[in-house]
Amino acid sequence: MTGGLLEIRGVHKSFGMLEALRGVDLTVRPGEVAAIIGPSGSGKSTLLRAINHLEKVDRGFVSLDGELVGYARRGSTLRELTEREILRRRTRIGFVFQNFNLFPHLTVLENVVEAPIFAQGRPRAQAEAEGRELLARVGLADRADARPRQLSGGQQQRVAIARALALRPAVVLFDEPTSALDPELVGEVLEVIKELAGTGTTLVVVTHEMAFAREVADTVVFMDGGVVIEQGPSADVLDRPASPRTKAFLEKVL
Amino acid sequence: MSADLAEGESRLLYPPPGMPPGGGSAASAGPADEDLRVVAARHPGRWLATAVVAVLLAMVVSSLVTNDRWEWDVVARYLTWPSILEGAWATIRLTVTASVVGFALGTVLALMRLSRSPLLQAVSWAYTWVFRSVPLLLQLLLWYNLAYLYPVLSLGIPFGPELLFFDTLDLIDKFWAAILGLGLSQAAYSAEIVRAGILGVDQGQHEAAASLGLPRHRQVRRIILPQAMRSIVPTAVNEVIGLLKGTSIVYVLAYGELFYIVSVIYGRNGRVVPLLIVAAIWYLALTTLITVVQYYVERHYAKGALRTLPPTPLQRVRWELQVGRSRLTGAPVPDGVPPAFAARVRVGRRVAPRGGAA
Ligand SMILES: Nc1ncnc2c1ncn2[C@@H]1O[C@H](COP(=O)(O)OP(=O)(O)OP(=O)(O)O)[C@@H](O)[C@H]1O
Ligand SMILES: [Mg+2]
Repeated sequence: MTGGLLEIRGVHKSFGMLEALRGVDLTVRPGEVAAIIGPSGSGKSTLLRAINHLEKVDRGFVSLDGELVGYARRGSTLRELTEREILRRRTRIGFVFQNFNLFPHLTVLENVVEAPIFAQGRPRAQAEAEGRELLARVGLADRADARPRQLSGGQQQRVAIARALALRPAVVLFDEPTSALDPELVGEVLEVIKELAGTGTTLVVVTHEMAFAREVADTVVFMDGGVVIEQGPSADVLDRPASPRTKAFLEKVL
Repeated sequence: MSADLAEGESRLLYPPPGMPPGGGSAASAGPADEDLRVVAARHPGRWLATAVVAVLLAMVVSSLVTNDRWEWDVVARYLTWPSILEGAWATIRLTVTASVVGFALGTVLALMRLSRSPLLQAVSWAYTWVFRSVPLLLQLLLWYNLAYLYPVLSLGIPFGPELLFFDTLDLIDKFWAAILGLGLSQAAYSAEIVRAGILGVDQGQHEAAASLGLPRHRQVRRIILPQAMRSIVPTAVNEVIGLLKGTSIVYVLAYGELFYIVSVIYGRNGRVVPLLIVAAIWYLALTTLITVVQYYVERHYAKGALRTLPPTPLQRVRWELQVGRSRLTGAPVPDGVPPAFAARVRVGRRVAPRGGAA
């Protein structure tokens, strides 16, 4: 799998009077693993959702390998794409939710193969073979026919990761993938993400797990108040933060 | 890894063999665990209530049997009378067709109401407003008189040439007037039921479906509606039962459904009460049928929402019989009976000799 180049430029997003993002600039290079950290309410989830165009931005843009997400550019205007086109471009971006959001009425395998077949039009047999391979990769080969609610939280999140990967995305976004899990289940999910980090897919992970950020992420991005305060190699940001706000945050969480 | 975990959990839940459930040491002084006797709690109040209800029931049954004005022989004769059967069949056809029309259109209206287009939203809202406000009886008569407003119906290009012509009277006979009346007003109610069901599906499901890039119709049909069905079905069945009984209103069009036929017969022979009973029995039977179907439809949509489905009444009866046979004959419980049921064989034997240990 080859990773995509993710570029975020001047992204603004308001909810009513509240400015959740106030001009975010961020570049994630192909194959890079970026961990986004920051206090609650700093706009991390909103940023991830904007990357995926689940949230429309007010100003600025997000592009993946030079292709705008959700818009087409004509000179100096951005025109929103048709829903069909947005959906097509979304298949290049995997999204893993904090609460898994698996489809409870479908089996594990059905969850995984739904999008390859119906969003990308791949043949069912091929999608199923690949789906089983992915399930094996996240350690759930034997649970293909179970339904999500019959699995533990950690298993559900691993299925959700397999489901995101089934689209062969250029970038995978994780929104606090382990914060809904019991502590003893966190490790198995982080293990899967770590393995994924070695495959060359671009990963953007919002996380509160500082040890994980240090070990797996290439860069750490610190956000506060709807802007990126600081971005750099993980060891630099975590050990020698340049901004006093980063420092104050790290002192609280470490 | 996961399997180990599940086992570990169950080990915690069930005490290991030989350990009394309470965990106390007192029990170890008494009889062996195997011989512990199960005595059900006593409920004198429940006994009293049961006795009262039993007496009341006996009174009802006795009056049904002894009062010969019920004319049960007439009821029995007419219950399967050919024209009554035809009427019942017409009622079934009306119910099924109106339900299908009602829920198909209702689903479309619900999706319109939830769409982002203000016009579609407004049209859907206005539809519900009109069809919920005008009495059904009035709607039926209006549809039946459509030919007065539009003697000829045509298919063609809007505001352009017309290609096909139909005589309204030919097209909308009594049956279709009834379907229009029942179905279109049903759609107004169904729309709200479907909309509530869709709104009840977790927002995360919509987002997950969208984030996977699934086409819109697939998101709705495969992801959202099946989950909405869980809350839609019970209310929808209520509506279908209401519709089944509501078809009797179609007698104003002199359409030969069950109630109209019954009224025609008692108008001729004067046996009013027995014939009303005949109709009541048929409505009861059809409602029962719908309820049974409901059970299995609900079960179907419960897949995945529950970790394990409870057994159906049929499974339950079969297992009870198998367990009962094993208790009588001492034969081993057949495979396929779940442990929770099979365990009763043992419990039953312990209870049998009363006043054992104490
Ligand atoms: N749909 C919404 N409507 C209104 N306000 C919103 C919405 N989504 C987010 N917000 C607000 O935007 C701000 C940023 O929220 P966001 O969820 O991005 O924070 P976060 O950094 O992910 O926080 P956390 O670590 O708690 O998940 C918050 O103040 C939040 O209340
Ligand atoms: Mg968040």
